[in-house]
Amino acid sequence: MLDRASTYLYQRPKLILALLLGPPIIYMLVVYLGSLFALLINSFFYLEEFTGLVVRQFTLRTYLQLFSPTNLGIFGRTAGMAMAVTIADAIIAFPLAYYIARFASPRMKTFLYIAVTLPLWSSYLVRVYAWKLILAKEGIVSWVFNLFGLQPALDWILSIPGIGGSSLSLSPIGMFIAFCYIWLPYMIVPIQTALERVPKSLLEASSDLGANAAQTFRNVILPLSFPGVVAGSIFTFSLTLGDFIVPQVLGNSRFFIGQAVYSYQGTAGNIPLAAAFTMGPIVIMVVYLLIARKLGAFDAL
Amino acid sequence: MTTPAIRFDKVSRHFGEVKAVDNANLEIQDGEFFSMLGPSGSGKTTCLRMIAGFDRPTSGNIFLYGQNVSDLPPYKRDVNTVFQDYALFPHMTIEENIAYGLMVKGVSKTERYRQVDEMLDLVRLPGFGYRKPSQLSGGQRQRVALARALINHPKVLLLDEPLGALDLKLRQQMQVELKAIQQRVGITFIFVTHDQEEALTMSDRIAVFNEGKIEQVGTPSEIYERPVSPFVAGFVGTSNLISGEVAKRITGSDQTFSIRPEKIHLDSPNGRSEKDMLSIDGVVRDVVYLGLFTRYLVEIEGGGDLVVVVQNLKTTSMDVLSARGQKVRLHWHKDHASRVGG
Repeated sequence: MLDRASTYLYQRPKLILALLLGPPIIYMLVVYLGSLFALLINSFFYLEEFTGLVVRQFTLRTYLQLFSPTNLGIFGRTAGMAMAVTIADAIIAFPLAYYIARFASPRMKTFLYIAVTLPLWSSYLVRVYAWKLILAKEGIVSWVFNLFGLQPALDWILSIPGIGGSSLSLSPIGMFIAFCYIWLPYMIVPIQTALERVPKSLLEASSDLGANAAQTFRNVILPLSFPGVVAGSIFTFSLTLGDFIVPQVLGNSRFFIGQAVYSYQGTAGNIPLAAAFTMGPIVIMVVYLLIARKLGAFDAL
Repeated sequence: MTTPAIRFDKVSRHFGEVKAVDNANLEIQDGEFFSMLGPSGSGKTTCLRMIAGFDRPTSGNIFLYGQNVSDLPPYKRDVNTVFQDYALFPHMTIEENIAYGLMVKGVSKTERYRQVDEMLDLVRLPGFGYRKPSQLSGGQRQRVALARALINHPKVLLLDEPLGALDLKLRQQMQVELKAIQQRVGITFIFVTHDQEEALTMSDRIAVFNEGKIEQVGTPSEIYERPVSPFVAGFVGTSNLISGEVAKRITGSDQTFSIRPEKIHLDSPNGRSEKDMLSIDGVVRDVVYLGLFTRYLVEIEGGGDLVVVVQNLKTTSMDVLSARGQKVRLHWHKDHASRVGG
């Protein structure tokens, strides 16, 4: 019986394909794209302010609300933070990834690999609260600054309008530090993978043709590993864009996109506006991915 | 005597316990097509990498036209390499690849592209400048790699098994072409290969490597006709090695000698030996008909097998196959036997 079934299936490869791929595709269509579609539809409804009820009627007025100065500020702030975090992570990650890919011994490589990914095994919330303690007024960072008599320097940094605050744990700088830390592994791993795929003979060829180490880096290593940087930046950028915990824990009263969505769909009950807010990062990411594709980030995948 | 292009002075390269190259002395003359021949792991590629500067000798010195380059980085040496896997930069066009050496030296763009066009003509790829390496066939990439190295007018060009990845026909065509290009540009070529036929076809001189040592250096005919060691006799072409009692029976001395299969004449058991000919009797054990020629395996008196190759000038497969099991007498000229020592 089983034998006959397997023969039957063997002769019909398309049926096997349908059986194997059917469930995940249905899941993808219904649960994944379906919910996105529901989100899109909701963003075209609006909240009747007087009654506090959602009016299910096609309108663009919710989207218009996005263009209020406050909301534009939220978008600008979040995108700015995402960009800053991405650039900083790329700068921190590249040398480390380069060392892991090119110079580390196999043992060292394993150790560093674990060291980089280990934080991902612990709860994200714990790590964010840990940063709150580290950055707090009585925390270790302040203590170190004090130790070297640099308290005025810290105060000066915190007094910079826009990024400063009453303490590191309640300022955009603190958020920036925490974001950089939390998303760093997502930048290191793709860069390291890209670097490992650059054949050694290309570096030898470059050197053989008269290029010194700096020229080889600029002309061969950087362009060939850049897709890895772009791939990593997709993670860091989109993760920062949608995050609402770090701004909640370490931020001040000025909202980020994630917080806005969280509060509108929760306490305010303004699901249409929350949905419209969510479309913001989606649009930003689509544009970003299109640019990334132009830069060849997916050629190497 | 002019300064040699490359001189190895007691060069060794050890990787821990492994002696990749052991006390090598070598002189390569200006303008020579020089091959380093040997099985994999014999040290020939390590020698090439030390000339290029990718590797440093553990001890000893390497001289490039009299200048000690042992500790110079690759980019400060006037040598260029054609890599086994070609190592073309995948993100650059053919034009950019070839111009790379000039670009890092700061040559102006117009001058660069004038020279690139010249090089594309030299390697017979005109009009290919705007393509990417991935759009080219293996043979074409090979030529681009050659052009990219030659555009720098190196004093010495190193070629690391550059034909290894090509199919037989293309390989033979590239052998002729490489040799022609070498004669045209007049640069010293050092060619690493494990293919003895390739080395014999192209080289002015050959160094045969075995286990980190240079066994013999000489012209192709010297290497083929007068191998100095059993290894050279066996690695370059096929050879019969005869030693001990059997050797004494034939030549009167028990020193080992080698004789090439095609130098042996196959005769009837009572065939007469002419002047200066050596002979031995045997029985045909096996016959392999190969179209152009036939290979016989003859068990000789006193023990041991000799391979004999005879061209099929008049014989057919029927004739030769019937020789199996028959008694024969083998002759060869004593000058064709080569003492190999050991």
